[in-house]
This record gives sequence, structure tokens and C-alpha cells, in this order.
Amino acid sequence: MVKRCWLPMGIAWLAAGIALPAGAALAEEGERALLHAGTDINDVASLQRGAHDYMNYCSGCHSLTYLRYNRMGEDLKIPPATLAADLMLTSEQPFDGINTAMSPADSANWFGKQPPDLSLIARERGVDYLFSYLKGFYVDKAQPWGVNNMYLPNAAMPHVLAELQGLQKPVFQNQPEENGSARMVLVSVDMMTPGAMSPQEYDGFVRDIVNFLDYAGEPIKAKRQSLGVFVMLFLLVGFVFAYLLKKEYWKDVH
Amino acid sequence: MAAPESANTSTGLLGWIDQRFPLTALWRSQVAEYYAPKNFNFWYYFGSLAMLVLVNQLVTGIFLTMNYKPSAAEAFGSVEYIMRDVNWGWLIRYMHSTGASAFFIVVYLHMFRALLYGSHRKPRELLWIFGCLIFVLLMAEGFMGYVLPWGNMSFWGAQVIVSLFGSLPVIGGGLVDWIRGDYVIADATLNRFFALHVAALPLALVFLMIAHLMALHEVGSNNPDGIEIKKHKDAAGHPLDGIPFHPYYTVKDLLGVMGFLLVFCGVIFFAPTLGGLFLEAPNFEPANILQTPPHIAPVWYFTPFYAMLRAVPSFAGTQVWGVMVMAASILVLFFVPWLDRSPVLSIRYRGPIYKIMLTIFVVSFITLGLCGLKPPAGIYPLLAKVCTFLYFAFFMLMPWYTSLDSVKPVPDRVTFHG
Repeated sequence: MVKRCWLPMGIAWLAAGIALPAGAALAEEGERALLHAGTDINDVASLQRGAHDYMNYCSGCHSLTYLRYNRMGEDLKIPPATLAADLMLTSEQPFDGINTAMSPADSANWFGKQPPDLSLIARERGVDYLFSYLKGFYVDKAQPWGVNNMYLPNAAMPHVLAELQGLQKPVFQNQPEENGSARMVLVSVDMMTPGAMSPQEYDGFVRDIVNFLDYAGEPIKAKRQSLGVFVMLFLLVGFVFAYLLKKEYWKDVH
Repeated sequence: MAAPESANTSTGLLGWIDQRFPLTALWRSQVAEYYAPKNFNFWYYFGSLAMLVLVNQLVTGIFLTMNYKPSAAEAFGSVEYIMRDVNWGWLIRYMHSTGASAFFIVVYLHMFRALLYGSHRKPRELLWIFGCLIFVLLMAEGFMGYVLPWGNMSFWGAQVIVSLFGSLPVIGGGLVDWIRGDYVIADATLNRFFALHVAALPLALVFLMIAHLMALHEVGSNNPDGIEIKKHKDAAGHPLDGIPFHPYYTVKDLLGVMGFLLVFCGVIFFAPTLGGLFLEAPNFEPANILQTPPHIAPVWYFTPFYAMLRAVPSFAGTQVWGVMVMAASILVLFFVPWLDRSPVLSIRYRGPIYKIMLTIFVVSFITLGLCGLKPPAGIYPLLAKVCTFLYFAFFMLMPWYTSLDSVKPVPDRVTFHG
């Protein structure tokens, strides 16, 4: 007698197929753990602050080519007049993308490479990385700008936010190597010279900018998610009706 | 075929059409009077879902084409234009990118169903072969579509995959240049991949899908018991265990569609990148010939085959062996109907050996997929080698273990719990 066993059977197969390799794959490569950004794409006030801070501290070097000023104003509920007065620092039109006034040739000359466009940086690296990176600068006299970064070794970027965060000094630890010698490894950073902001204020400042970059990476994100709730509810109702319809038709199949 | 009679019974506009085109006859023979076994289970949803996804890809693809620019200079920006400036462009794009992965999910499950219930066995060998051809074309379609956004992973993925052809002896180098149309992956490559992705391959896919359906309706559907329903017919000549596809399976498949859409839209609206599996993070950076991503991996649906490619070491100064193994891993699928020597079709009546082998196969296939996503370091190269061996063992040993395996008595009529 064959029992109705297709579902448990199939699920057991798929579960085994996924669980066994996943269990075997627990040995992961040791990358530096990222800090948790804790951003919220629905927090419009945070996005507005982030946009303001981005324009003042970042947009001199980093463009947001794929984000238009007027789109940003509309999404972040910034009135056109405020947008033009406070956020448009160059001579561009509201329908233009957010570009930088610095010429690529100059910046490549000054920094060794052209500062990247940040339209999609949050989608490429993730918010936790950006949050960690902006908090990860430390003093390193061997670097051209006197600073290095915990999360991007030999970063070409100077610590633009040093006046706010202050300067951090690296904490090294001796780590024994396999061949018996020891190697100095960067384990953390300590505040050396405090800046204009307290660590908590600086965290909030960085969180706003990262939140704004998350928005810039996909301006539709918040709307997509809120729309998704209705789509799912609609489909759930549709599923119930489809189930009842099927049941009704199949009544006479024996 | 009942074409003349049915043509005579219809009147009005339908009658006018039926005298000139077998519309009613086609509807009856292919849908309303196509008798399918009544005992289809969960695994039988994925055929109709594959068709749904194909239509989704065709329709969303057409709308993407209206705004996409197939040139190296503009492709990346045009995708962002679609995502940001085209009305509902983001939804169309996510439906297409999620649809690509969904296509492979439903097709893999659809193929697994055939292995469960012996759907590839006589008289359905050609049906299976058409299906395998669809799978091969789908891989080509997926690969070329993946290159079009012109992100950095698109670019370097294409570089790696196309250069595989270069390992072929004698013709390799010339072949690679011919495929690329340049000495690197470049504008010419993107342009021709676009042509193949939006015209040639979809056309071939649609034709093959029609051939797949025609072959299915010629021989009739298999079922979870793996027995022939045409053996027992009623006075009218209809199978006793069969029910008309319409309305029974149209309404049942509608339920499947709703369930599928719940998952599909869940991904589209809440996790369109699916943690970097459906849309990979390095692909949000434009193609850059000067900057290789830290780790090049193909999209998830190719990774089992990619892992097999990497599992084979180079030998006698050439990498061609890995390429041959990868090609063989797909070619071997075509021979399954003849490798399987079991007297029964369905796993329900097979012995423990086939069940164990199929489990090993599923585990090794998924493990290979995982290995292909990871850099070839640590445990992964060894794991990939073992699983490549197991993958082929499942197929190459099939003639022996399926004929050695014990079988249970097969029922005369299908098992159905109404």
C-alpha cells in the first residue's frame, strides 16, 4: 500500500540536500567583522539630515550621478526652494544628476585615483560596511594623508570627517605565526584626539549619511516594500479563492 | 482528430473561424479533451510554472528592451535609468531578474520530478530530450542575459566563461575571438549577446517549448505511479484514471500559480537581490577591465557546473579536461532514459538502492552549487571533487544499480486519495 508520502519525502530530500553541504561549509574565511549600521530607510528626518551632511561633506569629491536633485527633493519631502538654497551647491538644474564640480583629471592627480561615484555604493558594499568604514579611520603616518582605515587597508581617501570624529590611534597585538615568529595585527582603534562630536553624536551623523546612501542606491526601496505588503495580501486572498475554486471543481473526481 | 465534426457544431464567429482554422479542434484536443492522470501531486506544478515564467520573461523582456541600450558605454547607465526614471521600470527589471532565477528553480524541480517518477522513460524519451535542449538553451539565455547589465561581475564572468572555449585544442583561440568579436569582452560582445538574448534564443526556446508540449500530448503525461493510464478506458475511449486538463488542471495549476506568485513577489518586493544570490553585489559597479572582483563566481544556477569545471585539475598543460567534464555533466542528462534499466518507472515501486542514489545525487548537486559560490580554498576543492565523482556515479552506474535494485509490485490503477 502506497501512502501519501510525496510531501515529507520531497521535503526530506531537499532538506538533506541543503543541510548537509551547509553543515560542511561552516569553516569560513576570517574577515573583519563589520559594525551594525542600524539604518532605517523609512526615517525621513534621518534621510534629510543625511542628504544635508552628504552635500556638505561628501559631494565635493563624490558624485551621485544616477540620483536627480528633484527626485531626491520629492522622495525626502524637501521643498524645491529649500532644495535649491541648501542642497544644490553647484550650478546644476533640479533635474540634473548630483555631480561633483571637481574635474576627474585633478582628483586623479590629487588622490591617486578619481573618488568613485557613490550612487550604488550601498548596494555594492552594504550599509554595515559603509558605517564601519566611516568610523574606521586611524592615524598612520606612512599613508599619504596620514590616516589609514581598518576596513579598507591603504584607502586613498583622507579622513574628511576628522574634525567631527577626532583622530583614532591603532591598537596592535602580537599574533604568533605558524613559523614561530610574531606579526603585529591591528585589532582595534582608540580615541586619541577628540573631535567636535561625542562618539554617540558621530555615530548618529554617520548613520544618517549611510542611510541616505542606502536611499540613493535604490530610491524606490521604501515604496517597494510598503507596496509589497499590499501585493502579498492580494495574493493571499487570491490563493484562498484559487484553493476554494480547485476544491469545488475537484469534488467530482474520485 | 475530431476536427470536422467540431467545426460543424460551432456557429457565429467561432463557426466562421472553425471553417478556416481548427481553433475549436485544437482547444479540444490539446486542452478540454486532453486527458491527464488524476493523481498528479505537488511535483507536477512546475511544468505549468515554467511556462508562466517563460511568458513573464518574454513580456518583461520586451519592455526592458524599450529602454535598455546595448552598448558598452550606455548599458550600465540605461539599467539605472530603468530602475529610477522609467515608470514602474524597477518592477519590470526585478520581475525579469527574479524571473531568471525562478526559471532555473522551477526547471530544476521539474527535472527532479522526472527522476522521481521515471517521466523520461519509454515512450517519453523524446519529450525528455526536448526538455534537455530547453535546459541547455536556457543556460545560454541566462548567461547572455547576465552580461547585459554590464556590471563588473557581468564583465568578468563573461571573460571567464567565454575563455573556456579557448582551452579547446587547435581551434580554441580563434573560436574565442569569433565569439567575442574582439580580443577582450567588449562592446561588440555585448551587442551580439543582446541580439542572441532577445531574438535568437527566445525564439528557439518558444519553438522547443511547443515541441515539448506536442510530444507530451502525443504520448500522454506520466504520473506519480509511473503506470500507463491508457490501459483502462471507458466506453467513450477516455482513460478511466484520466481527467480533462481543462477545467481540472487549469484550476489546480491556478492554485500553483498563486502559491508561486506569493514566493516570487515576496522576493521581488522584499529581497530582490536575495542576499546577493539573484543580483550580485559586485554587479552594482560598472564593468571595469582594470579591476577584477575579489572573487569571480557565476550566478547561483550555474555554480554546480562551475564547481565541476574547477574540480578537474589541469593535465598535460591544458584546462580542457575541466571543460569536457562540465560539458559531459550536461550531456549525460540526454541519455538518462536509456541508462535507467529499472522495470518500474516510479520511485514508489523502486527498491532502496535508487532512493539512496537519488539522495546522494541531490546532496552532491546542491553541495556542488555551494562549492561553486565559494573561492576554491579550504575544504571546497576536495568537496567539489568528491561531489563531481558522485554526480557522475549516479548516471554512469545507473544501468547496474537500477537493474539490480528490488522492486515492489506495481498497481493496476493509479493511487488516488480524492
